Amino acid sequence: MWNLIKPRPATLRLWQLGLLALIFLFWHAMTKPGLIPPFMFENDRQAAFFFGEPLRIFERIWAWFVTDADIYQHLGVTLAETVMAFAIGAVGGLAGGLWLALSPMASAILEPYIKAMNAMPRIILAPIFAVWFGLGMGSKVALGVTLVFFIVFFNVYQGVKEVSPVVLANARMLGASQKQLLRHVYLPSATSWVFSSLHTSVGLAFVGAVVGEYLGSSQGVGYLILQAEGSFDINTVMAGILVLTTFALVLDGLVGKIEKRLMTWQPKAGETEKL
Amino acid sequence: MSHPAIELQGVACTFVSKDNPGQRYTAVQNVDLTVGAGEFVSVVGPTGCGKSTLLNVAAGLLTPSTGSVRIFGEALSGINARAGYMFQAESLMPWRTALQNVMAGLQFRGLSDRDAKAQAEEWLRRVGLGGFGDRYPHQMSGGMRKRASLAQTLVMDPDIILMDEPFSALDIQTRQLMENEVLDLWQGGERRAAPSSPSSPSGGQRAAQGGAGRKAVLFITHDLDEAIAMSDRVVILSAGPASHPIGEFAIDIPRPRDVAEVKTTPRFLELHAAIWGVLREEVLKGYQQQLQKAA
Repeated sequence: MWNLIKPRPATLRLWQLGLLALIFLFWHAMTKPGLIPPFMFENDRQAAFFFGEPLRIFERIWAWFVTDADIYQHLGVTLAETVMAFAIGAVGGLAGGLWLALSPMASAILEPYIKAMNAMPRIILAPIFAVWFGLGMGSKVALGVTLVFFIVFFNVYQGVKEVSPVVLANARMLGASQKQLLRHVYLPSATSWVFSSLHTSVGLAFVGAVVGEYLGSSQGVGYLILQAEGSFDINTVMAGILVLTTFALVLDGLVGKIEKRLMTWQPKAGETEKL
Repeated sequence: MSHPAIELQGVACTFVSKDNPGQRYTAVQNVDLTVGAGEFVSVVGPTGCGKSTLLNVAAGLLTPSTGSVRIFGEALSGINARAGYMFQAESLMPWRTALQNVMAGLQFRGLSDRDAKAQAEEWLRRVGLGGFGDRYPHQMSGGMRKRASLAQTLVMDPDIILMDEPFSALDIQTRQLMENEVLDLWQGGERRAAPSSPSSPSGGQRAAQGGAGRKAVLFITHDLDEAIAMSDRVVILSAGPASHPIGEFAIDIPRPRDVAEVKTTPRFLELHAAIWGVLREEVLKGYQQQLQKAA
């Protein structure tokens, strides 16, 4: 029996899911009123009040997605904000990074400003964006863009700076024009840096969208969480967090898929085939 | 084509340290070097004497501080479009397969993908990589990567080939194979151009008369054996800084040569002894300087 489920590559998923189940089980055992006598709180309802109950949380999620089916609009708004912030920030970061990496003068002039913008705690811009762009999606996208842009920007900048000088000289000797160098040397060389940054920035785009909603909005998952918090409905708050986490994972997985397709040229460890 | 393929006159290159402008280093000075059309010239010298600098000047990657560079009689400005360059370090684009790497130059030139692919496949076959077109550089051995680089350079059909210790990272067997292949391909150009005279004695003299299909080669190496075995002429650079040519020897060993066999012929040994006599002192000088620098 043990040999069948021993941790190994084939049973990896099983173990990961088992661990998840275990965490929920522990959570359930600690918070279910009346299941075990209270040892931290005065009565057995308080643990549930502070930490929520997994079963209630799942009920809530079930109601959101199936019986009431009222989360789709909110989720759609949050995801749309995330994707827009991600796309605009990533493209902007890519363009800005390429431009500054390839024109040293512009980069020298702008350097202190970029450093200042990056050092600034940009979450604090959320209220200003709310004034500028209103309480709709615009202000959330703007906040997400400011978060994503710099991550991608710095990585592209670094990626272009680290292009192998020999590969570059070789491409020039083969007759590549400035445009072709950009397309065939700088961009591919920067992509590995970009992708490592995209994983981080998907998460940050989500942060931007949810924090924006949290600070003031009329729809979105962040708004749902804010509402629930107002009425001390910890189960709904936790349900919202779970849903957000799941979708962040899905987005990250999508980026990973695209990365895998575009980065086939990268060496992987131990690439031998057993015959 | 009466003009030489490459003509360096009074070339000097002084590098200035970016962080400390007071620190300057003159790599080469007063260099006069000519490579005739279709001639195979090797440059040997102690390490760090600025051999690669000269090559970069000829390639147009580096503008000399003083002096003139003429390519087939025309002053060079910017990249030398008539030259192909085989680098010492890895120069293949790691994100392209062998085939795509060989196609790259043709694509830059504006050829359609289909034509580029056909030519690239032909050259991959010629360098013995017929079945390996879909491999990425990291999936190939060092020797295969060098072959791919060779195909990448030669597919462009350059009039001049610049080689910077292209085989120094290879093991001795692979190296001899590659050297023979390069000689074959180089002579093949002539054979294709003049099929009526299949096997006539060749040498420095004949090359100067200009085999139209044959390419001029400027070959940088630190390996004297390699230089003698492959070239029509060997140029010796003095130890740096401010190194300059201090001697040259015409290699009159008949072609076609096999780089392994030629090394045992008496003429080879004579030439080797003569050139080494000049080079030895410079090598020692260079070594002394490096020791002093380290101390």
